[in-house]
Amino acid sequence: MSDSTPDQGIRSPEGDANVIDTDYEIGQHNIETRVGPFNLDIHNPVFLVSGLTIVAFVFLTLAFQNEVGPVFDALRKWLTSNLDWFFILSGNVFVVVCFVLIVSPYGKVRIGGKDAEPDYNYFGWFAMLFAAGMGIGLMFFGVLEPVYHMAFSEPVGVPSPFDADGNLIAENVAAAKAMGMAATIFHWGLHPWAIYAVVALALALFSFNKGLPLTMRSVFYPIFGDRTWGWPGHIIDILAVFATLFGLATSLGFGAQQANAGLEFVFGIPVSNTAQVVLIIAITAVALISVLRGLDGGVKVLSEINMVIAALLLVFVIAAGPTATLISGFFSNLSAYAQEVIPLSMPFGREDDGFRQGWTSFYWAWWISWSPFVGMFIARVSRGRTVREFVICVLIIPTLVSVLWMTAFGGTAIEQVLSDTGSQVREHVIVNYSPELSLFGMLADLPMASITSFIAIVLVIVFFVTSSDSGSLVIDTITAGGKVDAPVSQRVFWCTFEGLVAIALLLGGGLGALQAMAVSTGFPFTIVLLLACYAIFKGLKDEPR
Amino acid sequence: MFNKILIPIDLTHADKLEKAVSAGAYLAKNNNLPVVFAAVTSTVPGSVAHTPDEFKAKLDAFAAAQATKHGITAAAHAIIVNDPAIDLEDGLLKAVDETGSDLVVMATHIPNLADQLWPSNGGRVASHAEVSVFLVR
Repeated sequence: MSDSTPDQGIRSPEGDANVIDTDYEIGQHNIETRVGPFNLDIHNPVFLVSGLTIVAFVFLTLAFQNEVGPVFDALRKWLTSNLDWFFILSGNVFVVVCFVLIVSPYGKVRIGGKDAEPDYNYFGWFAMLFAAGMGIGLMFFGVLEPVYHMAFSEPVGVPSPFDADGNLIAENVAAAKAMGMAATIFHWGLHPWAIYAVVALALALFSFNKGLPLTMRSVFYPIFGDRTWGWPGHIIDILAVFATLFGLATSLGFGAQQANAGLEFVFGIPVSNTAQVVLIIAITAVALISVLRGLDGGVKVLSEINMVIAALLLVFVIAAGPTATLISGFFSNLSAYAQEVIPLSMPFGREDDGFRQGWTSFYWAWWISWSPFVGMFIARVSRGRTVREFVICVLIIPTLVSVLWMTAFGGTAIEQVLSDTGSQVREHVIVNYSPELSLFGMLADLPMASITSFIAIVLVIVFFVTSSDSGSLVIDTITAGGKVDAPVSQRVFWCTFEGLVAIALLLGGGLGALQAMAVSTGFPFTIVLLLACYAIFKGLKDEPR
Repeated sequence: MFNKILIPIDLTHADKLEKAVSAGAYLAKNNNLPVVFAAVTSTVPGSVAHTPDEFKAKLDAFAAAQATKHGITAAAHAIIVNDPAIDLEDGLLKAVDETGSDLVVMATHIPNLADQLWPSNGGRVASHAEVSVFLVR
């Protein structure tokens, strides 16, 4: 006879959810085989087509660098310049969708079923979504962007505080400072997080509530029906793998160059291919350990460590920088952002082409190309939250953290630039443009520069690790047809592959070209995301509230 | 000698576990011991089930079928982890504690080169469990 033990190991009932009734079985297209001593459980054809296409692109780029580079770069520039209105309008749609979800009755729907409980506490959850989605960018652009936009970009026509000879124009300073911060926060605030929130919510809803596999294609079930499991779905998943791996590998290559530049600036370690390859190997090795320790023992722990170090650096900059100005600046920057977010979101009737196309449109394409990776990762760790809680936490709180971070790092840098003509930030952003040194330049003019710069380099590296490990998990899940229990050797493969692609492109050239290619995937994914908005509402309509 | 036998099950490959299940059932029947069939899953939909509840129902059905087939008393115990590819052993060790089992009968593969890099699930359970572990190759 059979009986059940009182404690089944499953948390309290998951409650009502409206599972989609489909004949498709997760993993039904998978091939289970052995390669030498290693077991494989891979989706056919997503794993093979993605892997081979990536290898082909790397070889083509290495072999025809002079021809391929300009083509990809021109493609990216054409998209972000000619379709800037499309990216900007779409970004606005995603923000509006998020606010509608917060205030609508759909906000009560719980991800994972009516009685599902969260898998992670707020700190662990928040650390993971932030470390995967944005951390490294905040390190690189936290100083650069506020200063650059204040001095050069002239967003929505707000004039620069400097004349052609670099002299200060006193009457322009206040408006330029406010706009520099508002424009930066615009790129790191509601819009990018709305993009992530839409993808993550769509994936979480269709996976945890509807019972479909955790891959990009599942979001399109309401649109494609059972064709989702055929080639339309294959293409979406392959594109997601492609964007994620090239996004990660090219960022890893550039990141190694930036970290090397920082090491030279601070410790005099010369910039060389050897140093950069060693950095990539070290980052990949730590990411490998992290993925082998799993989501809880590796990725989450590393993300939490990362957030603690970042918080310490943030507190230091606030304490050592112009503290009173920064504290009041947080509120004034928030207010400037609130005032300027609508003018900055307008796709038409503006003359700031350099800012709108070169920065905003590029950023939107960039965030969108990263959204399958970050969205899928956020989805995986967000079960148990209500839609309202989810959107508020993914949209509002990270935006406030971005405001605080930009206020501290950018605000300190702006004060240094305006008060000291010999400041390091002025040298690296305004006089001799070397963006990779902007953060170190700001820290150099604060006390204990060598210690804080070292911490900053460690933070840059660890942020790369936390993107690399979560990215490897995401690619592994997509290429295993949504299975999260595929053999460990597969996640090892993707993590290592990413490092190898980064090294090949670093040594052979082509980082910029393939990064442009990855960003270009932002265009098809924008269409995918707009369809995802429709799918979210259609999916939520049937859920118990 | 023992009070309860825990037999870890992978519902995706239940057919490949026949030898371990038979060995465990033989011990249970001849010593009049209850058996717990334990399986690890995650909250993410998988090839076996779309939800944890569905997974539990399938595991219950598996245990009932084995009870009838072998003439033993059998229960099911599902363990939910966040990353089943990595947390499988920890989940099974938790199941040993939660069910009060004192013998684990578990299928494992013949060691190969891959085991030098990361040990088999059975190997890790045997290394870390405080109870007796019978690995069936």
